[in-house]
Parts: sequence; structure tokens; C-alpha cells
Amino acid sequence: MMQEGLDDGPDFLSEEDRGPRAVNVDLQTDGTLQVDISDALSERDKVKFTVHTKSTLPSFKQNEFSVVRQHEEFIWLHDSFVENEEYAGYIIPPAPPRPDFDASREKLQKLGEGEGSMTKEEFTKMKQELEAEYLAIFKKTVAMHEVFLCRVAAHPVLRKDLNFHVFLEYNQDLSVRGKNKKEKLEDFFKNVVKSADGVLVAGVKDVDDFFEHEKTFLLEYHNRVKDASAKSDRMIRSHKSAADDINRIASTLYTLGTQDSTDVCKFFLKVSELFEKTRKIEARVAADEDLKLADLLKYYLRESQAAKDLLYRRGRALVDYENANKALDKARAKNKDVLQAETTQQICCQKFEKISESAKQELIDFKTRRVAAFRKNLVELAELELKHAKGNLQLLQSCLGVLKGDT
Amino acid sequence: MDALSSGCTVKMGEGQNPLEAMADSTFSASDVLSDLPNDLLGEPPSAVFGDPLSNISKQESTSNPAKQSSKLPSDVPCDIFDPLHGTGMEPKDDGKNASLIDIVINPVTSAKDNLPVDDLLSQPEIDIPAKTKTEQPAELRSEERPKDEPLSVASSKPKKDLFEDSPEDLFSELPKTKAKTKPQMDLFGDSSPDLFMDAKAAADTGPGRNAPADLFSEESVATTTSKSAKSNISANSIVTANSKANGVHSDEEEQDIFAEATVELSLDSPHNNRKTLDTTKPSEPASSLSAAAGSSKAQAKTLEELEEEESEDKFELNISITNPEKVGDGMNAYMAYKVSTQTTLPMFRSKTFTVRRRFSDFLGLYEKLSEKHSQNGYIVPPPPEKSLLGMTKVKVGKDDPSSGEFVERRRASLERYLQRVVCHPSLLQDPDVREFLEREELPRAVNTQALSGAGFLKMINKATDAVSKMTIKMNESDVWFEEKLQEVESEDQQLRKLHAVVDSLVSHRKELSVNTAVFAKSVAMLGSSEDNTALSRALSQLAELEDKIEQLHQEQAGNDFFVFTELLADYIRLLGAVRGSFDQRMKSWQRWQDAQTTLQKKREAEAKLLWANKPDKLQQAKDEIAEWEGKVTQYEREFERVSATVRKEVIRFEKEKARDFKKQIIKYLESLLQSQQQLIKYWEAFLPEAKAIA
Repeated sequence: MMQEGLDDGPDFLSEEDRGPRAVNVDLQTDGTLQVDISDALSERDKVKFTVHTKSTLPSFKQNEFSVVRQHEEFIWLHDSFVENEEYAGYIIPPAPPRPDFDASREKLQKLGEGEGSMTKEEFTKMKQELEAEYLAIFKKTVAMHEVFLCRVAAHPVLRKDLNFHVFLEYNQDLSVRGKNKKEKLEDFFKNVVKSADGVLVAGVKDVDDFFEHEKTFLLEYHNRVKDASAKSDRMIRSHKSAADDINRIASTLYTLGTQDSTDVCKFFLKVSELFEKTRKIEARVAADEDLKLADLLKYYLRESQAAKDLLYRRGRALVDYENANKALDKARAKNKDVLQAETTQQICCQKFEKISESAKQELIDFKTRRVAAFRKNLVELAELELKHAKGNLQLLQSCLGVLKGDT
Repeated sequence: MDALSSGCTVKMGEGQNPLEAMADSTFSASDVLSDLPNDLLGEPPSAVFGDPLSNISKQESTSNPAKQSSKLPSDVPCDIFDPLHGTGMEPKDDGKNASLIDIVINPVTSAKDNLPVDDLLSQPEIDIPAKTKTEQPAELRSEERPKDEPLSVASSKPKKDLFEDSPEDLFSELPKTKAKTKPQMDLFGDSSPDLFMDAKAAADTGPGRNAPADLFSEESVATTTSKSAKSNISANSIVTANSKANGVHSDEEEQDIFAEATVELSLDSPHNNRKTLDTTKPSEPASSLSAAAGSSKAQAKTLEELEEEESEDKFELNISITNPEKVGDGMNAYMAYKVSTQTTLPMFRSKTFTVRRRFSDFLGLYEKLSEKHSQNGYIVPPPPEKSLLGMTKVKVGKDDPSSGEFVERRRASLERYLQRVVCHPSLLQDPDVREFLEREELPRAVNTQALSGAGFLKMINKATDAVSKMTIKMNESDVWFEEKLQEVESEDQQLRKLHAVVDSLVSHRKELSVNTAVFAKSVAMLGSSEDNTALSRALSQLAELEDKIEQLHQEQAGNDFFVFTELLADYIRLLGAVRGSFDQRMKSWQRWQDAQTTLQKKREAEAKLLWANKPDKLQQAKDEIAEWEGKVTQYEREFERVSATVRKEVIRFEKEKARDFKKQIIKYLESLLQSQQQLIKYWEAFLPEAKAIA
């Protein structure tokens, strides 16, 4: 039953919402490499994405092809970027969040348990609602994964990455596995070290004003976008609860209205009908706010984290460079291992300069992208809000007209 | 055979006194003149009932047993009755002549008293009692005895057999019995106890279980007609038993018939009237019935009209409660409200006046009104609940928003409460209401002061009520009440559910408002740290927008609450009052039933005394019976009055409810409409800002 509902997912995706899905990033597509997720299938504990590629690049055997990928493979691709020293100077597109249907599934299960305690209508209504919720999460998950791929495909350097090409083209299972416990533990330690190091590195005064500014900006921005994202989530959640309440009001009014066929009962039925419609709109408002506002903020939360990571890598390189300089000075003073120190210093210098060079461009790009994405989403949000409010208004007006005509 | 049968009937006549008395209770129970000892009384009505039947439909079946039971043809009693009826008709037509009844009572009582004691006496007196008998029922009927209408109406309907057959048999014989000589009685003295027992057994089953009584009586009617042809004794005994059962049965039946009667009277009365023309005898009940029906209908109509007028007149009285003011300090502080009245009603001294009242005054008003009116089946609008927590906050807290909201909420609900009271045509007439609105200083309502304690008592009362409700198995024979009560109960349930949901909407909306405010702040911060000027500006605009939306949500939450939730809360309370009025009706029914049971017992006691031949105690027993008969009549009328009031009140309540809900929901939708309009305005202002991001 659930499975069927979910198989409908792709259909849903191919509808109107297809266009504005990749809203979060403004990409200059040149047509040489276009990637999208044409289909997705939700199975019990995994989601299978069909990644569709259209390309004129000579490195691909065909112009157009599709492969089936899972979330773990996306993560693998992302990690391979992060671990690649070559890309240290770039903002690595943030990995899509793990599909999380647990909450939704749990609710559906609870609904199944409570089947006896509610009327058939209520049950059907609740089920439809939960399925819609499931679908929305599903849709969002797919969108996040697609955005990641689009970002990579649009990146001048990353798009040429071999792993990426394999990811897109190799039509077999990439046989990546989830990280085992040991690896996860390693990751955890790495993160601890990194954040401790990050604090150290952040404390170092930057020589470059641009980076110094970006550093303070990103630190603050990241925290605030994090806050805003959490707050928007809460706001939207209460909006959804309110919409649910309206729904329940509608069904209670319906029960009241069906008790007999007096005048008031007809009145109740009419109002119930109205509430049924307005709650749909209200739920749409909440969903659209979620999509246009909360998701935007969430994406920039991750993206700003990626930018921060870039700054960290640059800062690390800077510290390394400075240390190498000191070591070189020491070596020169002692006249010992000067050559080795010089090479280290040069390597560090090169690395730092390389990172700085690309990082500057990346950060400027980041800002451009951000502004464009915010513009696009806020405009769309405003338009949708207007559309819904007008719809609501119209419903209320016509209903009031009918009701007043009756009385 | 003849001798036997007549002997039987004589015995019957004797044994019947007590028995008949019981059967009569059905008739006499409702009598105003309940002092009348009744065996005689009881007969004529049934005779009257029976007659139309015998004339119209069942002439044969009814006349046959009568003829067979005795040599004396049934014509004889008939003859006796006919002229009598002629006389009986007159008083009835003349109207309600109390004096006539008085005259009538005496002979009857004397006749009655004499009968058992001295049979000889009964003979000469027969004429008089007979006359009185016939007159009386007519009288009774024409008098305020709505109860009889149902009977007669019912008898013209399917229940015909039940009511008419057997009594007819019995009563056509009874006069004979009395007219007959006593030797026969002596001869067949042995058989009488059996018969008596039979009848009594039937009587016992009768009142105990109603359904069986029904069955029994119907069956026995069937058997009566068939068996009567065969044997007189059996026929007679059955008939008696039957009549007994019938009497008791009709007793139970009456309420339900009454309901039908009110509805169907219009159909029946012309029919009855026609009968009246056909036969002189039945004319009494029929015409009186139709008259009563007409008058009751007219009454109902005037009530309707009154109601209509009332709702139109309502605009003549406007009440508003304003200026809640804190009086005093600390824990002794209270809120006083200004109650302003604007009216054109002549019953008030001036057109506009204002008084100051505190919350407990409102509660006191309710207590007074409810004491006086709720037992009569009126739906007295309940006041808002006392809220210790809310009031304590007001007393202690200075000006925090929640206490302000509390005061406003209370003010509004007091206003609605008072408006409901004055909207009620009967309550408006109450001197306490007028006093409440007009009088400068009101004596302090005391019993409400510690309503938490009183509330506890109330709870106990409610609990006992609930228990008694379970134990009282009201044999609800009025479909209307049964359905309404069910409707009210399920509506109560639904409204409670709706109230809970709307309440949760209010809290979610408030939550949304708070979260929107928080988000607005967060967005403002984000905007301030954004280094793109246009985007920064747009974000702070978004923050402002969200601030406004927060206000909108807050206002809407207020509207959700004040317009919608409070309406529902009011009606949940009101439905409680409606149920209360149903309970009052049931209580009154119970009182009536209890009185009837007691009366029954008294009669049985009398019968025993009679059997034991203890004339010394007999008088006391008779007095008691008379007393209880009076009570039964009184309670029955009370029950009918309460029923009628409840019905009227419920109809009024439903009208009011429909009006209130429509008005409030439309108001609510308008508030929603307004906030959507605001929302559109806000977003329209924001759109160019978003587009200006570059």
C-alpha cells in the first residue's frame, strides 16, 4: 500500500514542481554537461535515484545515459572530493542529507494502530495526509540530491573529476558501502581534531583583508543562518499544526452537519467544506514556506559550512606556511637541513597561494550564487504566498456570499 | 346460566369496588376532584368510551357479552345512560362548573360508601350516582384534563379494542349489577373470590410491566370477544381482568398518547365530532376532547406567536457590559462591571440605566433564576464558570496581558450570558432579572462566594443525579423527547470535540505567532550580517513582514478564541442546561409514577380492609386514597406542564442556537477574510523588495 503510494513519487516529480526544484543554486549551464534525477524509487530502507546525464563532453561514451544511484554513492562522491587535495581550494558542494522517512513511517504505523479508534473518514483523511507528507519528504530528498549533482556539474573543475564521471556513467553498482564502525570512529576523531584545529587556525590573524573579512562574515553568517533555519522550521511546524487543526475542525463540523438535515446542519456542512479547502491552502502555504524558505536557509547552512571548511583549509595552509617559514629561518640560523626546509616552505607557499587564489574566486562565486538564490526563492515565496492568500480570500468571499444569502 | 352469570356480576360488583377503584385510578388519578372515590366515577368514562365503539365499529362484539352475561339487556343501562348523557352534556357545554361537580361528588361518594355496606341502598340510589357519574366524566373532561384526551384519541385509533371493548363490557354490565338484586350475590358468593383473585392477578401484572400489560390486555380482548360467546363466567372474569389491566395500562399509556394526541388531535377531533352527532353518548368525551384539542392547539399557536413576537421585540432591550474595574486591593479585590441597559419596554422605569455589578452578582442571579425556573423545565442560561486561577492573577498581577485577556474574556461572556437571559421571554419577566438590571444596590450574593465549595456540592449532586438517572428507567413513550435527548447528547459530544480542536487551533496559532516573531528576529539578524546590501535590505524587509504576520496570527488567534471557541464553550454549557431540563422532566415523571405506585398500594390496602371487613379503618384508607389521588393528579399535571415547557424551550433553544451559530461563524469567517486581505497587502509590498535584490 505504502509502496504503491511511493511509486507514484516520480510522477509527482515530473509535474509542475519540476522546474523550481533546483532552486537553491544559480548555475550557469553551458549545455555541455547537464545532470538531473529523472526518476526515484523508494524502497523499504533506501531510495534509488535514476541519474540522467546529457553531455557533449568527449570523455563520455554516449551523449545521453542514465544510471541508478543510491544515497551512499552520493556520499562517496562527496567524500572523494573532500579528500582530494587538489580540491582544497574549492568550496566542495555540500552532500545531500540522508533521506529520513523514519518519522513519517512511524506516524503511518501509529495511524495503523489507531485505526479502530477513529471513523473511516478520519482514517482515510489521516492516511492521505501522511502519504502526502511522505511524498513531500521524498520530493525534497530527491531535490537535494539533484542540487548536489547540478552544483558539481556546473563547477568548472569538479565537473571534470574522474570519480564524478564514473558516478554518472558506470552502469553497475559502484559497490560503495556505508562506513563501518571503525571508520566512523576515525571520522569522529578527525572532526574533533579538525574543530580544535579550526579554533587555533581561526585565531590566527589573516594577512589578507579579504579573507579576514570573509572569515568573520562566514562565522557570523553561518551561526545566524543556522538559527534562522531552526526558527523557520519551528514556524513552519506550527503552521502545519494549525492547518491540521483546521482539517480536524472541518471533519468535526462535517459530523455535526450530518446529524440531521436542518438549516444549521446545512450551514455546518458548508462551513466544513470551506475549511476543508482552506486547510489545503494553509497546508500548501506551510509546504511552500518549507520549500522556498526553510530549504533555502538549510542549504546555505551547509554551503556556508563548506565555505567555512574552505577557509579552514586555507588557514591551515597558512599556518603550515608560516611554520615552514619559521622552520626555514631556524634552519638557516642553524645552517642545518636548509634545503629540506626550503622545499617544505616552498611547497607550503605554493599550496597556500593556490588555495588562496581559487578560494577568493570561490567565495566571490558563493556570494553571487547566494544572492541570486535568495532573490529567486524570496520572489517565488512572495508570489506563492500571494497566490495562496488570494485563493483563500476568494474561497472565504464566495462562502460568505452563500452563507449570507442563506440567512 | 343467567343466574350464574348475573350472580357473578353481582359479586364482581362487590369485589369490584376496590378493583374498580384501581382501574379508576387511571381516570380519577388525573382528576381535579380526586377526593371522589371512584368506582362509580371510573365506570362512566369507560362506558362513554365504549359506547362510540359499540355504536360504530364493534357493536356486536361488545353487545354480545353484555347480553349474554345477564338476562337484563344492555339496553337497560344504555337507557339509563342516554338521558343522563343528555344532562351530562350540558354542564360540559356550559363550561367548567365547579359547583356542579361539587353536587355531583356528594351523591357519588354516598353511593359508593353505601354500596358495599348495604346493597339495598344501592338500588334506589342508582339513579343519582348514575347521573352523577355521567355528568362527572363530562365535567372532568371539559375541565382541565388533557389526560383524558389522549385516552379518547387513542381509543379512536388502533388501541380502540383495548380501551373500548372491555370497559364497555364491564360497564354495560355494571349498572345491571347494581340494579340487580343481592340474593344472587349470596348464591354465587363462592365464585367471587376467584374472580377477584383473577382480576387482581391481572392487575398485578398490569402495573408491574407495561409491555406485558399491553399484550395481556390485547389478548384478553381477543379472548373476550371469542370466549364471551361460550361462557359468561369466563367472559366476565376475563373482562374484569382485562378492564383492570386496561385501567392500569391506560395509566401508563397516557403520556405517550398525549404526545400523539397533540399532533393528531386535529385529525381526530372532527371525526369525534361526527361521532358526537351520531350518538349522544360519546359526544361528551369526543367534543370535550376536540374542544380541549382546539384550545391546546390554540395555546400552542399563541405560544409560537409569542415566541415570534419575542424575537422581534428583542431589539427593544439592549444590554452591554463595559468598563471592567478592579475594586479593592489584594485578595479581597474584585472586578466590577458596568451593566448598561437600553430599552423601550414599559416594564422598566426608564429607557436607559446603568448599574455596577460584580461577578458573584451574576452567579447569584443565575442561582435565583435556576432555583425558580429550572424545575419547571426552563432552560436557564448558565453563567461563565468561576475561575480562581484567572481571578487570582487579576488580583495579584498588575497589568500582564494574560490577566487583561482574562478580564476581557469574562466581560464578554458575562455580556453574552445576560443577553441570553433577557432574550428569554419568561426569564425577562422575572422580578430578579429586573432588579438585577435596575436596582442600584443589590444584596450581596452569598452562596456563590465560595463557589469552589459549592461547586463540590454541586458535583456530588450531579453524581447522585447521575446515579438516579441510571436507576430511573423512564419508560419514555414520547418519541420526540427521546430523539431530542439523543440529539442533544450527541451534539454535546460533537461540540466538545469541536471545542477541543478549535482550542488546539488557538494554541497552535499562538505558537505560530510566537515562532513567527522569533523567526522575524532571526531573519533580521541574518539580514544584518548579510554583506550584500540589497539582500540585506530584503531580509530586513522580510523580518518586518514576518513581524506583521505575527501580529496577524495573534489577532486571528484572538478571533479564533473569542468568536469561535467561546461560542462553543457557551453552547456546551447551554447544552448542559438543556439536559438539565430533560432531567427535570424525568424527575417530575418519576414523582408522578411514585405517587401512582403509592396510590396503588393504598388501594390494595383498602381492598384488603374491605375483604377483611374492617369498616373502622376503611374511612382512613379512603381518605388516604383521596389524598394520593390528588397528588397523582397534581404530579401528572406538573409532568405535563414540564414536558410542554421543555418542548417549547428546546425549540426556542434550537432557534436561538441556529441564529447564534450562523451569526458567529459568519463573523469568524469575516475575521479570516480580513486577515487574508492583510496578508495579501503585506506580501504585495514585499514582492518588489525581493525583486530588487541584485
